[in-house]
Amino acid sequence: MLGEIGQILLILALLAALLQSALPLVGAQRNLPSLVAVARPAALLQLAMVLGAFVVLTLAFVRQDFSLRYVADNSNSLLPVIYRYSAVWGAHEGSLLLWALVLALWTAAVAAFSRHLPAVVVARVLAVMGLVSVGFLAFLLFTSNPFERLLPAPLEGHDLNPLLQDPGLILHPPMLYLGYVGFAVPFAFAIAALLDGHIDVRWLRWTRPWTNVAWAFLTLGIALGSWWAYYELGWGGWWFWDPVENASFMPWLAGAALLHSQAATEKRGVFIGWTLLLAIAAFALSLLGTFLVRSGVLTSVHSFAADPARGLFILVFLALVIGGSLLLYALRVPGLGGDARRGYALNSREGLLLANNLLLSCACAMVLLGTLYPLLADALDLGKVSVGPPYFGTLFLLLMAPLVLLLPFGPLTRWQREQGLRPLALLAPWAGLALLLGVVAWFMAPQGRLKTAAGIAAAVWVAAGTLYVLWQRLRGGGRPSAETTGMLLAHFGIAVFVVGALLVEALSIQHEVALAPGKSVQAGPYELRFEGVDASNGPNYHSDRGHVRVLRNDAEIALLHPEKRTYASGGMPMTEAGIHPALGGDIYVALGEPLGDSAWAVRVQVKPFVRWIWLGAILMALGGFVTAVDRRFRKLPGRS
Amino acid sequence: MSDSNPTPPRRLPPVAVFIGALFFFGLVALMLYGVARSDRPDRDTLPSALIGKPAPSFVLPVLHDPNVKVKSTELLGAPYLLNVWGSWCPTCRDEHPILTRFAETKRVRVIGYNWKDERADALRWLEQLGNPYMLVLADEEGRTALDWGIAAAPETFLVDDHGIVRWKYSGAITQDVLDRQLIPALEKIEAAGKGKAQR
Repeated sequence: MLGEIGQILLILALLAALLQSALPLVGAQRNLPSLVAVARPAALLQLAMVLGAFVVLTLAFVRQDFSLRYVADNSNSLLPVIYRYSAVWGAHEGSLLLWALVLALWTAAVAAFSRHLPAVVVARVLAVMGLVSVGFLAFLLFTSNPFERLLPAPLEGHDLNPLLQDPGLILHPPMLYLGYVGFAVPFAFAIAALLDGHIDVRWLRWTRPWTNVAWAFLTLGIALGSWWAYYELGWGGWWFWDPVENASFMPWLAGAALLHSQAATEKRGVFIGWTLLLAIAAFALSLLGTFLVRSGVLTSVHSFAADPARGLFILVFLALVIGGSLLLYALRVPGLGGDARRGYALNSREGLLLANNLLLSCACAMVLLGTLYPLLADALDLGKVSVGPPYFGTLFLLLMAPLVLLLPFGPLTRWQREQGLRPLALLAPWAGLALLLGVVAWFMAPQGRLKTAAGIAAAVWVAAGTLYVLWQRLRGGGRPSAETTGMLLAHFGIAVFVVGALLVEALSIQHEVALAPGKSVQAGPYELRFEGVDASNGPNYHSDRGHVRVLRNDAEIALLHPEKRTYASGGMPMTEAGIHPALGGDIYVALGEPLGDSAWAVRVQVKPFVRWIWLGAILMALGGFVTAVDRRFRKLPGRS
Repeated sequence: MSDSNPTPPRRLPPVAVFIGALFFFGLVALMLYGVARSDRPDRDTLPSALIGKPAPSFVLPVLHDPNVKVKSTELLGAPYLLNVWGSWCPTCRDEHPILTRFAETKRVRVIGYNWKDERADALRWLEQLGNPYMLVLADEEGRTALDWGIAAAPETFLVDDHGIVRWKYSGAITQDVLDRQLIPALEKIEAAGKGKAQR
């Protein structure tokens, strides 16, 4: 019964989404208030239906209803209860349902918080979001139905992919989707403005908090994924430039550019066309990311089973949405009012924001090219190529270096026209301090001098520049607005992130050794004593659990338990690294292969400042959230 | 604000429209191609230009005794599996247990090809993880690897008794690859060999 209820709710959701998209569009175009008024209730109805379907699928997992194919494929009776909830989005069908649910939530939020906007604008925005919902709900119903029956029902199910049976991965997909899908709001606004053929900069003010919140969620989602890869894959790396990581990173870069260009457009009326294009691009890249992950077009650790029918469906949808948006853009944007004619000197905050946007867009294009290049080379018969960290790492560093250098100037530079080198003069002492500390770091670093020095200098530069702006604002009287505070928090987060990213690369110590019980290995200041491996059992796995004592100057500081888990459902063994976390650096131990005579291959790493990477990301996300609550965004804009 | 002054209608420059359209349709075509090939089981094994052609000739030192050089012609007469690895390559470590188990069956000579590696590191690696290879060739500078078209490790070639490359796999060998690809390819070579012997 449950499965059929879910099925019916999904169909009703599709119908509601159709209503939500078709009627308000017609109403807005023909000026029919009765049709315009359909948008809000339809959006709420759609949310109720999708939420209902989601609850039904969750219930099926909790009750272990193996007569649903999706449940039988992705859980079994041994699966711990917490993972029965997260298994709902553990594979293709359910994660698409989550996508649809998150979109419905964002849509309902727009419906709820847009009372002060003109009804026609809201109707168009909700209609565009409804169109996207129609696509995803149809995709679910026609190619990826999570409520498909498996009759006769098996007594036992398979398993949730063991890689996903991890606390870090419970929240990773919802966060990521809240980010991805959140970009639908600025996108829908851009399309609504283009349909209208008229843009009111005050409406744009209304979309800014949405972009900030979406971007902040995406930041958290990516950080969670990176943290998970760090402790679960057993390599101690935190970013691999894997196609699927790139798929989430491209919208992040475009979103970061969009945040900045929206601010410029809202405050100065510049970059209007560019902001609209970025809003389209950020969401288009989110869709592309979803497509790349779902279709199996690129091979990656995240690939789900490839099915050309699914791939084709979502590709056609993607082409229609993106192609249609770009066509609309090309037709309508020239009439929208000029940004070139609103004058500003290159030496101005507008000029710096332009540089920010160019650099972020180039980085995004670089990631796109690198991600798709293997496919392109294959299509053109250029042979096999793999584009790896050397390409991404080098180019990304090249593009981000000027961004970090220019960053502290941004908030200090005046709009429209700056007088000569005023900001440089203000920041000169701090630049000197950054250089000085960089040089000190150069001489103190035991290894990786260039990266250590660059990391310290860049971080001090950004942090000092950011704190200087804060000091200047505080001295100028009054509290800085939430918008300013958020911006400064996020910029400070970048400084923290830079410390983590560069110092971990420069100063990491890594040893791969064979250890028999009782033997030790020295890693930096630490002595790690291997005390053997014993067998233990988890709820649904068998584990080889190692014991490694960490000593410093003969005093014990930690006892680590790296594990190698073999799940009852079979498959590759999973690594659980043993980590002693600390702000100054992690001690990281992972078990390799057994070598006989109770000796094991053990990977030992010391990772200085690795936590700062995620700490920086959390600060950036926090900055996004804080910016979004600025009172200015809540003020009722007067009628134009 | 800017919206209050109506601006005369303009058009996007044709060049921008053209580039945009080219980019968009190019991307769509590329994705279509990707979707079309996404269900091919062999999409991970990118074809090698060498399949069906004679293996490149080489003279390489033996890892364990650099004074001894092995010529490619010395390996003719029976099929061999050439496994490219390096101690710097994490994925090689992943495939190691599977390769070891297969080598223990003694079905075919398994020859290691130590690529762009430090001799000491390579020897230590084998000592730690076990040495499944009948023989390990060392290509420290990677010159010979160019002839083989080796772009990444691990990579594995199956060469038949006449020195013709019959099969190639890029990436870590799994049990599945072993059962479904390597062993069938090997059986084909063995069957051809038997056919000739009977004649």
